[in-house]
Amino acid sequence: MAKKSGGLTAGAANYLDERTSISAVVKEFGRKIFPDHWSFLLGEVALYSFVVILLSGSFLTFFFQASMAEVHYDGSYVPLKGVAMSAAMSSTLDISFDIRGGLLMRQVHHWAALLFVASIGLHMLRIFFTGAFRKPRELNWVIGFVLFILAMAEGFTGYSLPDDLLSGNGLRIIDGMIKGFPIVGTWISFLLFGGEFPGTDIVGRLYTLHILLLPALVVAFIALHLVFVVVHKHTQFPGAGRTQQNVVGYPVLPVYAAKAGGFFFIVFGVIMLMATFFTINPIWNYGPYDPSPVSAGTQPDWYIGFADGALRLVPPHLEFMLFDHTFSFNILIPVGILGLFILTVLIYPFIEAWVTGDKREHHILDRPRNAPTRTAIGAAGVTFYAALWAAASSDIIATHFMVTMEGVIHTLQFCLIVGPFIAYFITKRICLGLQKKDREIVLHGFESGRIVRLPGGEYIEVHEPVDEYERWELVSYEDYKPLMIRPNSRGKITTTQRVRGSLSRWFFEDRIAPTTKNEIERSHGDH
Amino acid sequence: MAQDGNSGRELAAADQSDHGQERVGSPGTAVVTSDRVTDPGLPEHRKRVTDLDPKKNKRAERVVYTLFYLSIAGSVFAIAAYMAWPINPEDLMSVRANNLFIGLGLTLALMGIGIGAVHWGKALMADHEGVDLRHPVRGTDATRERAVEIFAEANEESGFGRRALIRNSLIGALIAFPLPAVVLFRGLAPEGENPVDLLNETAWEKGTRLARDPSGQPIKASEVTLGSVFHVIPEGLGDMPHMLEEKAKAIVLLMRLKPEDLVELPERKNWSYDGIVAYSKVCTHVGCPVALYEQQTHHLLCPCHQSQFDVTNHCAVIFGPAARPLPQLPIAIDDEGYLIAQSDFHEPVGPSFWERH
Ligand code: FES
Repeated sequence: MAKKSGGLTAGAANYLDERTSISAVVKEFGRKIFPDHWSFLLGEVALYSFVVILLSGSFLTFFFQASMAEVHYDGSYVPLKGVAMSAAMSSTLDISFDIRGGLLMRQVHHWAALLFVASIGLHMLRIFFTGAFRKPRELNWVIGFVLFILAMAEGFTGYSLPDDLLSGNGLRIIDGMIKGFPIVGTWISFLLFGGEFPGTDIVGRLYTLHILLLPALVVAFIALHLVFVVVHKHTQFPGAGRTQQNVVGYPVLPVYAAKAGGFFFIVFGVIMLMATFFTINPIWNYGPYDPSPVSAGTQPDWYIGFADGALRLVPPHLEFMLFDHTFSFNILIPVGILGLFILTVLIYPFIEAWVTGDKREHHILDRPRNAPTRTAIGAAGVTFYAALWAAASSDIIATHFMVTMEGVIHTLQFCLIVGPFIAYFITKRICLGLQKKDREIVLHGFESGRIVRLPGGEYIEVHEPVDEYERWELVSYEDYKPLMIRPNSRGKITTTQRVRGSLSRWFFEDRIAPTTKNEIERSHGDH
Repeated sequence: MAQDGNSGRELAAADQSDHGQERVGSPGTAVVTSDRVTDPGLPEHRKRVTDLDPKKNKRAERVVYTLFYLSIAGSVFAIAAYMAWPINPEDLMSVRANNLFIGLGLTLALMGIGIGAVHWGKALMADHEGVDLRHPVRGTDATRERAVEIFAEANEESGFGRRALIRNSLIGALIAFPLPAVVLFRGLAPEGENPVDLLNETAWEKGTRLARDPSGQPIKASEVTLGSVFHVIPEGLGDMPHMLEEKAKAIVLLMRLKPEDLVELPERKNWSYDGIVAYSKVCTHVGCPVALYEQQTHHLLCPCHQSQFDVTNHCAVIFGPAARPLPQLPIAIDDEGYLIAQSDFHEPVGPSFWERH
């Protein structure tokens, strides 16, 4: 074909290929298959909002001055005219009030950042609840997790740059937390801020992190993340014809490229729409940073909320003097608990792999109900996070619902500790119930909504059998039995075995096995 | 059996490999049974309305190109809006209009492309599903053997394993060489200063007048009426070289209570003046300004994590994560009736730190 048309395109393609061997890439990836499901779009949203962040952020760097040198504001925003502030704040005000489209780009940047963290979080939930983290994707879970942390770091450093009242207050809190660390805290704070808080260095330093170091890491980890998506090929939901050995979907060229490419513009468009209509981070209302003014009811960006909430929920009086030193457990405990929570999320794939002992590759996703214990653990984790997150707004909750601060805090403390257990049990029951229902449908069909009257006078609802495709979706799931603990070759039962045994029992004791061929045949005999 | 003109060959291959078999690795505690329901294979491909009805097909085509044209219109509009709604320094609303109209134009430009492309992909492009076969992620045995061999050869040729001295000294050198970077970071904060000393002192000295924040006007004791609260800085703060750093430590709250409401420690009896007390405004939790004063209860509330301090009882913590009372500034009046500090705080203000005792 190329020979025949021989036009400009063919010429250019030939020129390129002779120098890059690009035809091999097209051959390899051009028709690569990607499965389709709405939940697979969450990761794409994250990727695309990051691109939007890069674009809008680059624009902002051309105008922003990352300096804390004192200036007297002389821009268009009258209420702040003549006020002493840092060059960072002043240039941010200029971007907002004196550069056409500047406010729009600032808001695009901020909204995109919020969406970036949110979509990563939702994407992680999707991965977790469908078991997509199982072999061979455990390491990609870790990479994605690092990206989540990096995204929050990007968010926080960016939030701090304008040097307004809120961001300064946020830094003040960070400073106080760092100081609470044993041995090194005081010095780390001193070095970070280039002297005493707030100093004149921190904005410049955070800027370097925000626009150089962290984005470089994010780009590197995204690249790695995507390389693994290609190496592993995408997972797929259970369905007829979808096996562990194939992947069913649409080829990159043209359908997937059109949809994914179009979706980028939709994500960008939605961010643009939000930036057009919804003000975000109106620093001109807050004013420049000053250590003194009160800022009641102010909130950090949403993704920092869980950390802020953890600081609020800690019980009082947890600070001790020992050996002439101060131990600030009111800071160490929340930080430690968050660290532990994060660590658990990070290593969860390895724990589950160890419990099941399953060394096979898993490319078919679990429907959440078919892994009741995992789903329940996830629900418990979400509840824990939600309680911390809600605590970050404890004052707003108290004033809004006219209840006492103490009442809100104690309720949330209760939710934090007991909530996950409740969520765990309820979720597990629901999952098992749904599995039973699936079984019922496979064996006896689904309720058709059609009522008939039998000759005897009684009414029954007609059950219609499911077709074989739907049935396959209901029965084709992995089923695990609790581990039988056996003595090893030397006739001993090791502690590791015992731990694994009890974890395995916890995971798989309540299980509903997939309906088998035999059972289906027998049930047909009944009718 | 699936019918798929596009990649029938691949489908046939896929159907032969039965679910659950041919998978490498131990299944662990997974139940493997021969009694599984069999996979019916890919369902038959369903045609879309746009495949069946040429009219619908035409319509979809129209929708797609209209969206792309709308996108062009949006871009043009955004450029026009940039010029038509400039920012007028006199008029704040002009910023809003500028934001709104450029934003609307860009939204249209982006959404037009996005929705158009997705619609094209969904309604018009061939929607035959394809099937790729997966291969185990691990390399083949041959590849792995070769990899091991390569390492063995490299080890042999370099003597990395054999020449232990060379190897270990190299490892040592590699560990040592980044260490200088650690000391380089000492330069992040000014040399010759010690954070602990700095944290132990504030701008308050004996005789410094208490002044209003932010105006810097000194305060007379007579101005502090019962129930009132003043946000206070040391007089002359504005002229200090490190104004913000000093302010971050020196901010104070001044309140007047009925003397009989105050429960005062004997050694602090003369730290107040006629029911007027001064406390550090820096929260002892992580350092936010504590500045919400409830007159009725004489409680101070920190807006950050809701620690509460009881002013009548030397600002002891009554709720929240903070652990220590707010430090008290001893005050008196000078001959002109202005409030002055008797001395600096007697303890470091603000968040706790390791060296604090
Ligand atoms: S800073 Fe005051 S309660 Fe946390």
